[in-house]
Amino acid sequence: MTDDSRDSHGALEAPSLDCPVPFGAYERITLAHGSGGRLAARLVHDVFVTAFDTPELRAAHDAATLAFEGRLAVTTDAFTVSPLFFPGGDLGSLAVHGTVNDLACAGAEPLAMTVAFVLEEGLELSVLSKLVRSLADAARAAGIRVVAGDTKVVERGRGDGVYVACTGLGRVLRPLAPIAPDAIEPGLAILVSGPLGDHGTAVLLARDPRGVEVELVSDAASVWPLARTLLDANVALRCLRDPTRGGLVAVAHELAGTAHTFVLDEASIPVRPEVADVCELLGLDPLHVASEGRLVAFVEAHDADRALALWHASGATDAAIVGTVHPRDVAPVVLRTRLGSTRVLDLPAGEPMPRIC
Amino acid sequence: MCLALPGEIVERREGALPMALVRFGTVRREVCLAYVPDAAIGDWVIVHVGFAIQRLDETEARRTLALLASADDSLTDSGTTDTARDPEAR
Amino acid sequence: MKHVDEWRDPTLLRALADRIAREATRSWTLLEVCGGQTHAFVRFGLLELLPPTITMVHGPGCPVCVTPLEVLERARQIALRPEVILCTYGDMLRVPGVHGDLLSARADGADVRIVSSPLEALDLARRSPDRVVVFLAVGFETTAPTTAALIELADREAITNLQVLAAHVRVPPALDALFAPTATANTNVNVNVNANANANTDDTAQTPSDTNARIDGLLAAGHVCTIEGADVYAPLSERFGIPIVVTGFEPVDLLRGVLVCVRRLERGDAGVENAYTRIVRPEGNPLARAAVDRVFAVADVPWRGFGVLPGGGLAIRERFAAHDATRRFALPLVGGTDEPIREPTSCRAADVLRGRLRPLDCPELGGRCTPETPLGAPMVSSEGACAAYFSRRSAHT
Repeated sequence: MTDDSRDSHGALEAPSLDCPVPFGAYERITLAHGSGGRLAARLVHDVFVTAFDTPELRAAHDAATLAFEGRLAVTTDAFTVSPLFFPGGDLGSLAVHGTVNDLACAGAEPLAMTVAFVLEEGLELSVLSKLVRSLADAARAAGIRVVAGDTKVVERGRGDGVYVACTGLGRVLRPLAPIAPDAIEPGLAILVSGPLGDHGTAVLLARDPRGVEVELVSDAASVWPLARTLLDANVALRCLRDPTRGGLVAVAHELAGTAHTFVLDEASIPVRPEVADVCELLGLDPLHVASEGRLVAFVEAHDADRALALWHASGATDAAIVGTVHPRDVAPVVLRTRLGSTRVLDLPAGEPMPRIC
Repeated sequence: MCLALPGEIVERREGALPMALVRFGTVRREVCLAYVPDAAIGDWVIVHVGFAIQRLDETEARRTLALLASADDSLTDSGTTDTARDPEAR
Repeated sequence: MKHVDEWRDPTLLRALADRIAREATRSWTLLEVCGGQTHAFVRFGLLELLPPTITMVHGPGCPVCVTPLEVLERARQIALRPEVILCTYGDMLRVPGVHGDLLSARADGADVRIVSSPLEALDLARRSPDRVVVFLAVGFETTAPTTAALIELADREAITNLQVLAAHVRVPPALDALFAPTATANTNVNVNVNANANANTDDTAQTPSDTNARIDGLLAAGHVCTIEGADVYAPLSERFGIPIVVTGFEPVDLLRGVLVCVRRLERGDAGVENAYTRIVRPEGNPLARAAVDRVFAVADVPWRGFGVLPGGGLAIRERFAAHDATRRFALPLVGGTDEPIREPTSCRAADVLRGRLRPLDCPELGGRCTPETPLGAPMVSSEGACAAYFSRRSAHT
């Protein structure tokens, strides 16, 4: 990471920023922007509607109406990240990827999403503008339309800058062969689509570099193409999940439930050397660190190699088969270490923290 | 106690305390050399909470690994420093 | 990573494990002193590679576990002051105090920040002249020199808003307490002294007087010895007739340490052996020790679960009083007295740390006491004996 100048939220000074919000007197969000008056109207129009540029938003109804046929997937998420801008993304793009990825895990093609912003009084308008543009760009790239939104302003000191809550809508591609946690059973192969822990490590260092210099970028991205690849080829797919907060271990614990033991093979789990080295340095375990652009797939054993080959062919060259599902032994998640020993992977009680002991 | 990692000194930096940029695999980080002030570029050091606490003797490391890898069973007698039995080793 | 990966080689490990199994002709119980060693045993699944003849007992070398309640309470009270930024290593954040941990203090409005080096606290103090930065300094002899450097630098540059709440501890007094009759034990926790484990005074190999299990040999912490030198354990080895092997923290280092210790035991030898020669010099690091001597004085301090240990810790010298948080914030303790605080829960850490109670035998383990709901420090710490056993317990069919 080079020593670029950053503003108070960690955003790089962009070379020539065309600020779409020539608001005159105000450079920051004030309580007036949330009050429903003229300032609020201008904020909504000039920052949000212009950026998202969808017919639904331009129609300026209280609710968007959408035509729909098929089986609907719905998801909702609240997004908060510190710092707001990090290598590889920001709160805006993260909101899109998080929403799209939850839909993807239900086997659903992303269609539409809503965004509700909570802004802290004092937030620089230029920061908001960058985030909204980033959200808009990510939405366009992911093929999802922003059809409704809301903004509220809270007093300074209560909002950590910006929070975004999103609801996503998608169309389930294979309604008759649902992929879901209850479709998991012993014998399934466990696959991951790429190296784990890039996002969490990048954000941790962006928040507080602690003098660490490393080439590391968040992996935040839409995983819909990865999911689609498997669905279109009719892979014997049972479940999909994205390993966000808590990493692979959290996902595994959630899905193993009470009936299964997931046995993971340490040597097979892809982790970038940079992530492994930063984690070693800070005393973290990459398996507990979030990714925002990866998929964990549960595939019937006979089709696992084909699924892997499809992912490799589509560009996910680091995808790997990392474990298998067993009937419950003693613990939900177990690791076969590189050294040939076995150990239980516990769920960390809280946020993984750097340790010295 | 205590988490300490071996790293290679790639740059020396002076400041209020002698410092260095140390490479740990693909990562680099600034480390304080107050307690290994004569360490030079290319030296390996063991680092705990941002301080180098000792140089790593690469020759000794190689020798030990070679000994362990061999079928040599007298690993104790020739492979370690026995301070209680051998006063010369002090 | 170079100089790490080679010491995690599976082939070497299997060879070492085989040798241990072949050469241990009887049961031996070894104590690994340092929490970092415990953590490595668990992280790499090494316990499972050892033959049934070898039993590992986890020792008291976990600075997180032994930081007294009084210190935690002080830290909490100090952190709640609006002008204070409390800096701590991540390990300490979830250790249960009397009124909760430092993490919950954050929820109560305290500004608590995680650092991974004392110099980060100094940097913060320089950047925040209107705040008081208080650094919670925990750790053994490995870490004390780094705190000493912090204090000396703050003193030299007159960074008066940098304060240190010193809670450094020393290993040898704790080992003495484990092995010698513990007249000094002064805990408020109910202690089960095992009447069967009497010291056999006409035997050169003394049984630890207040442990349930005989401890035959020790694996000593290589990073403490990096500072202190290996000789610091010679008196203990001689007095109690046990072999003490200084080890590193990688899997090969630890298994090698076990093998070396077993060989000595099989031969009937005591003595200290350095099995971490690539790092540990016989003389240790004199520069680091000198800095500690300049800044700190050896003091009698309470260890959580042990009571007051003579020479068990370090106190900031008068010369550096300007950076001593206990003087800057003269706070009355809970209850308004300086009496040691009672453990608020039924935690048996006292017995565990002394090797008197195996975590697996603790009735609370896995029930009321889990990593999410820890009753005491050894369950919170990633290197605590209880956390280690909790992990193992679920692994075995």
